[in-house]
Amino acid sequence: MTRILRQGYLALIYLFLYIPIGVLILFSFNESRYTHQWTGWSLKWYESLANNTMLIDAAINSLLVAVVAATLATMIGTLTAVGLYRYRFRGKQALTSLLFVVMMSPDIVMAISLLALFLTLGIALGFWSLLIAHITFCLPFVVITVYSRLRGFNPHLIDAAKDLGASEFQAFWRVIVPLAAPAILAGWLLSFTLSLDDVIVSFFVTGPGFEILPLKIYSMVRLGVKPEVNALATVLFVISLVLVITSQLLLKEKR
Amino acid sequence: MTEKNRLRSLSILLISVWLVLFVLIPNLMILVLSILTRDESQFYRWEYTWENYQRLFDPVYLQVFLHSLWMAVVTTLLCLLLAYPFAYFVAQAPKRWRNLLLLLVIIPFWTNSLIRTYAIKVILGTKGLLNTVLLELGLIETPLRLLYTETAVILGLTYLLLPFMILPLFAVLEKIDPNLNEAAADLGANAWKRFWRITVPLSLPGVIAGSLMVLLPALGMFYISDILGGAKNLVVGNIIKSQFLDARDWPFGSAASVTLTVVMALMLFAYYRVSRNQNRELIDR
Repeated sequence: MTRILRQGYLALIYLFLYIPIGVLILFSFNESRYTHQWTGWSLKWYESLANNTMLIDAAINSLLVAVVAATLATMIGTLTAVGLYRYRFRGKQALTSLLFVVMMSPDIVMAISLLALFLTLGIALGFWSLLIAHITFCLPFVVITVYSRLRGFNPHLIDAAKDLGASEFQAFWRVIVPLAAPAILAGWLLSFTLSLDDVIVSFFVTGPGFEILPLKIYSMVRLGVKPEVNALATVLFVISLVLVITSQLLLKEKR
Repeated sequence: MTEKNRLRSLSILLISVWLVLFVLIPNLMILVLSILTRDESQFYRWEYTWENYQRLFDPVYLQVFLHSLWMAVVTTLLCLLLAYPFAYFVAQAPKRWRNLLLLLVIIPFWTNSLIRTYAIKVILGTKGLLNTVLLELGLIETPLRLLYTETAVILGLTYLLLPFMILPLFAVLEKIDPNLNEAAADLGANAWKRFWRITVPLSLPGVIAGSLMVLLPALGMFYISDILGGAKNLVVGNIIKSQFLDARDWPFGSAASVTLTVVMALMLFAYYRVSRNQNRELIDR
């Protein structure tokens, strides 16, 4: 009896999490433009999505920023994690605190502080400002993912490599990076997703010349319900499904 | 410089420069801005004043702050209430199921949050799904006004932030040693007592961590209140946003932002104290 109650409760929460997404997916195939009537299956919203060049341009911009930001954040973040793991240095505590501040500060606080910085330094709002902001909020997540992986493996492996004559760089490239590779990739995927998903920071630090997908969606859904958005939601959901499963498999492997 | 030192300096220098440039300096700028005077043409003037902070107590803004805090607190409690039994049951599920059950929580968490907010809007609208279903079933005669209400904002925030509560709760609940419960049962504690005296205290760090991860974003997510809330249900994030982008009153926006950060820091400090005390208590026992 209690088992049924437990499973029933779990099922209810999953329904709460998935019904709204399910509704969007279902209605993306609806012939009618309204969500209160079902008039038959159709792919026309996918067609009009494919023909919406403004949305596609914004999507390309978003992907560009996400790929570059995730890659740079992963590079800097991995180096940082290795530095924190391998070395003792003055200011280590201050550094970890700052990373913690980045992770915990409300997005809006980070958004306006970066906006103030960019305008003061005269950096034009667009690709570069967006890139810097996205790298900054992705960094702590990469550091944590990679660092916790590094802490999990045997430190003697590095000592052994060094005893056998490996230089510090060789130990880094040949031992640390391969061992941490799944976590590094998972960090990249998480950064990529965070970058694609961000609304608040991007809202402040991008300019009218560089439109990105979340802001485009934002202006569309603020005004009303648009069936094209349902089709877009389905596409994005499938993408995030693939990304999550990949990253979970990466983190699970060899643990 | 030896090779070891080069990798070392590179790794430390790169992140330090980045954080100083893009975190420390911008945050200090906001701190300074918050005590400067507004200027129509240049955003701010170098005249020190506390007026920006005083203006936060202006009833117009105070009301938004309190209302936003209220909605965030309700959201947090709602998330806690929904997530605790959930995380508890998942933590007790057979091990081979656990990963799948968790994966199902993580997937929505990785799905675009605007899309999910929009989904709530589709469901709650006057001609939305919920009203249509209720009308068809004859449960209501006229459509309910659900969208652009406080309830809609709280529902949207809960929907978006629930995974942030589930994951930290699960992390602590999973680690509780089942032997503790068995020992307590052997000593005659019933299930209710075991739950309140063992599970709840041991999961407290997760409760607080999860609450912070819900409460803090709930104060800032202006797009949720924009899409679901209408003009009367603003969050602190809306104030900061409008001061920076519409009203162009940077000093006042900065003061609101500093206040938000201070509130956040106080809560984090409380969290730190509680989790430290608890570790100590466990060691003392």
